[in-house]
Amino acid sequence: MSVVASDPAMLDVLQGFVHELRLAGLPVSMTENLDAMRAVEHVPLEDRDAFKTALGATLVKHHGHHKVFDTVFEVYFSIFSPGVDGGDNELDADAQADFDQLRNEMDAGGAMGQLSNEDLAKMLLDALMKMDTEAMRALAGAAVARFAGMEPGRPVGGAYYLYRTLRQLDAEGLVGKMMQQAQDDQAIGEGAFDERLAREEYEGRLKVLKEMIEAEIRRRLVADRGVEAMARTLRKPLPEDVDFMHASREEMQQLQKAIYPLTRALAARLAQRRRHRHRGTLDFRRTVRQSLSYGGVPAEPRFKRPRPSKPEIMVVADISGSVASFARFTLQFVYAMQSEFSKVRSWVFIDGVDEVTRFFDESDELITAINRVNTEADVVWVDGHSDYGHAFEVWHERHIREVTRKSSIILLGDARNNYHAAQAWTLAEMRKKARRLFWLDPEPRGYWDTGDSIISEYAPYCDGVYEVRNLRQLHKFVEDVVSV
Amino acid sequence: MADRFATVPDVVERLRGVDYLADTSIAGVVYLADKLGKPVLVEGPAGVGKTELAKAAAAITNARLIRLQCYEGLDESKAIYEWNYKKQLLRIQADREHERDWETVEADIFSEQFLLTRPLLEAIRAEDPVVLLIDEVDRVEIETEALLLEVLSDFQVSIPELGTIEGVQRPLVFLTSNNTRELSEALKRRCLFLHIDYPDIDREKEIVRVRVPEVDEALADQIAKVVGSIRNIDLKKAPSISETIDWARTLIYLGRNEITPEVMGETLHVLLKYQTDITKARKELGVDAPATPARR
Repeated sequence: MSVVASDPAMLDVLQGFVHELRLAGLPVSMTENLDAMRAVEHVPLEDRDAFKTALGATLVKHHGHHKVFDTVFEVYFSIFSPGVDGGDNELDADAQADFDQLRNEMDAGGAMGQLSNEDLAKMLLDALMKMDTEAMRALAGAAVARFAGMEPGRPVGGAYYLYRTLRQLDAEGLVGKMMQQAQDDQAIGEGAFDERLAREEYEGRLKVLKEMIEAEIRRRLVADRGVEAMARTLRKPLPEDVDFMHASREEMQQLQKAIYPLTRALAARLAQRRRHRHRGTLDFRRTVRQSLSYGGVPAEPRFKRPRPSKPEIMVVADISGSVASFARFTLQFVYAMQSEFSKVRSWVFIDGVDEVTRFFDESDELITAINRVNTEADVVWVDGHSDYGHAFEVWHERHIREVTRKSSIILLGDARNNYHAAQAWTLAEMRKKARRLFWLDPEPRGYWDTGDSIISEYAPYCDGVYEVRNLRQLHKFVEDVVSV
Repeated sequence: MADRFATVPDVVERLRGVDYLADTSIAGVVYLADKLGKPVLVEGPAGVGKTELAKAAAAITNARLIRLQCYEGLDESKAIYEWNYKKQLLRIQADREHERDWETVEADIFSEQFLLTRPLLEAIRAEDPVVLLIDEVDRVEIETEALLLEVLSDFQVSIPELGTIEGVQRPLVFLTSNNTRELSEALKRRCLFLHIDYPDIDREKEIVRVRVPEVDEALADQIAKVVGSIRNIDLKKAPSISETIDWARTLIYLGRNEITPEVMGETLHVLLKYQTDITKARKELGVDAPATPARR
C-alpha cells in the first residue's frame, strides 16, 4: 500500500488542493489528477521540493499558471511540514530550538521584547549584509509580530499586513542602506558597472526577505482562518484572464511579455497559411518527366509551387480617454507586431487620425514609442472626443488607395462615437478592397450598443468583431484569424 | 515500471557525471518520467539546455538517442513510417510475367521489407535502450500534433496494412518546445511538464566552472553575476547558457581574469547578437564602446 492511499487524511488534503487549483481557474483534468496521485507515491513526503515538483509537473501545464500553483501550494502545505514555514528545513537541532524559543516569545507578544525598533532594524541590516537566511527569517517573524498588527478574525487580506510590515521596516530604503554600508566597508568597487551589480544583488536579497515576510503572514493567516478560507482570499485571476482595462502596472508588464509570443504566433499563422493552404496545382510537364524513371508510371506527381504573397497588416487604433488603459495595451500590441512583421503600418485616432508607423520603427523601446505617439501624433481635430466617423473618413480619403488584396486591417476601439455620424460606408469600402477586416472591442459584449456605442453599425462590414479584454480572448482571436 | 534511477539525488548525481547540472525540479521530473513511464514536455527560452537534457539523459542511461526534429510541414511519412513505393513499383513490374493473383502480391509488397522506418517507429521497435527526443514540437501544425498522441500515450503505432506495432520497452521520451505557440491540451495532458528557466547565479556559476574548467572561482562568480544582470534588461534576445559559456571561453582566450567595463565593451557581442541589444546593454551597464582604431 502506498503512502498516500494509505493515509486518507493526506488524500483529503491533496484532493482539496486540486479542487482549489480548479477554483483558481487551472484546467486540471481527471487524468492529470490521477497522475498527480500516482506521482506523489514515488517521492518521499518529507522532501518538500520533490513533492512540489511531482505535483507541479503533473498538474500545471502552463508556465503562466505556476504563480497560482505556488501560492496555493504554500497555503495548503505550509502547515503540514515541520519547521518554520516548511521551507528549507536546513536548520540543525540547536538552531531549531533557538528558533522555536524565539518564535514562542514572538507569538506571546514579546517580539524580541527588549529590542527597540532601531535595534531590530540594525540587526536586519546586518543579516541582509551577511545574507544570513536563518537570522533573516527570525527577524522577518519578529517584524510581522511587531508591525503587522494582526488580530484573529480580522477580515483583512494578507496584502495589507505585508504593506504595514514593509512600511515600518522601510523596505524601500533598505537597498540604499545596504549600498551605503557596502561602500563604507569598501566592499564594492567604484564605477557605474560595479554599482549596478551590487545593487541588483541587494535587491535580490530584499526580495528574499519580502518572501519570508509574506510566508510568515500566510502562516499566521492560515493558522487563524483555515486553509480553504485563506486560499479563497488569495485567489486572483490567471494571467490570461486579467482585464486590460483594469490591469495594474505590474500586470501590464506581465502582459507585455505575453504579447510577444502571441504576435509571433499571429505572424507564424499568417505565414503558414500562405505556405500550406494549397499545394499548388499539378505540374503536368514535370510529372511526366519524372515518370520516365519508373517506366512511364507517374509515381511521383509534381505540383506547381504556390507563389507566396507577403501579408500586410494595417492597424487603426482609438487612443481616446474612454479606452485609455486599453490604448496602452493596443500600443504594446502594435509595437510587438511591428517588431515581428516587416509590413505593419499603424494609425491612431481620436477625432483626427495620424499615421504612427514611424514612431514604432524608429524607437527601439516601447516607452519612447508611446511617448512619441502621445506627444507628436496629430489626432485631435475639433475637441479631442472620439469621432470614429470623421477619423475613418479621413483615413479613407488618404489611404484607401494603399489597401490591396494582401492587406489585413485590424481596427481597435470601443465604437463609442459621442453621437457623431457613423460613416459606416468607409468600412464597406475597406472591406471591399482589403483581404480581411477585423474589429477588436475592449468592452464586455453586454455593453455593446448601449449609450453611444454603435458597434453594430460597423459590424456588418467586418469579417469578425471580437471582444478582446484579456489574453485568453486575444489568443482566441489569433487562432481564429486562420480559420476565417 | 522502469527503474532507471534510485532516487532524485541519484539523478542529480548521474547527470552531473556527464556535465549536466540539474536543479531539483529538473532531476525530479526526470525521475518521475521514469517511474510513471510518461513523456516529459520541456519548455523554456532558447538555449537553457532543453535538448541537452535529453542528450544527458541518454548518456546516463547508456541509451541511444533517437531524435525527431520537428518543422512546419512535418508529416506521418517523415515522422513515423512510409511505404517504399518505388521499391513496391519495381516489385510489381518484376512480377508481371508470373501472373500471380493480387492478394499474394499485396501481402508481399505491404510487408516489412518495403517499410521505411522513421524516428518514431524506430524508437518503438528498438530492442536496445533508447531515449526519444522530439525536438521543437511547437513547430509542427496543430493537426500534425495528433500524430504524436498515440505514440506518447501508449507507445504504439497503428499501420493500417500491418496492424498495431507495440513498443517492447518504455524509453524516456522528451519533447521540447520554445513556446512559439500553445500546444494542444491533449498533448499536454499526456506529458509531465517541465519549465526550465535561465539558471540562478549560483547554478550558472557552477555550469561555467564545469564546462570551462580554466575559469577560476572569482571570475566564474563575476561572469554569472554580469550575465544575470544583463538578463534583467529588457532585450530582444537574452543571453543563453551556451552564450555564457562562449563568453567564458572568450575571456580565457583573451587572457582576462577580471571583468572590467573595458573588457565588457570588447566582448559584449559574444553574449548579445542584436546591435540594438548591444547598444542598450552598453547604456544600461555604463560600458563604453571599444575605441575604434584611428583612421588614416
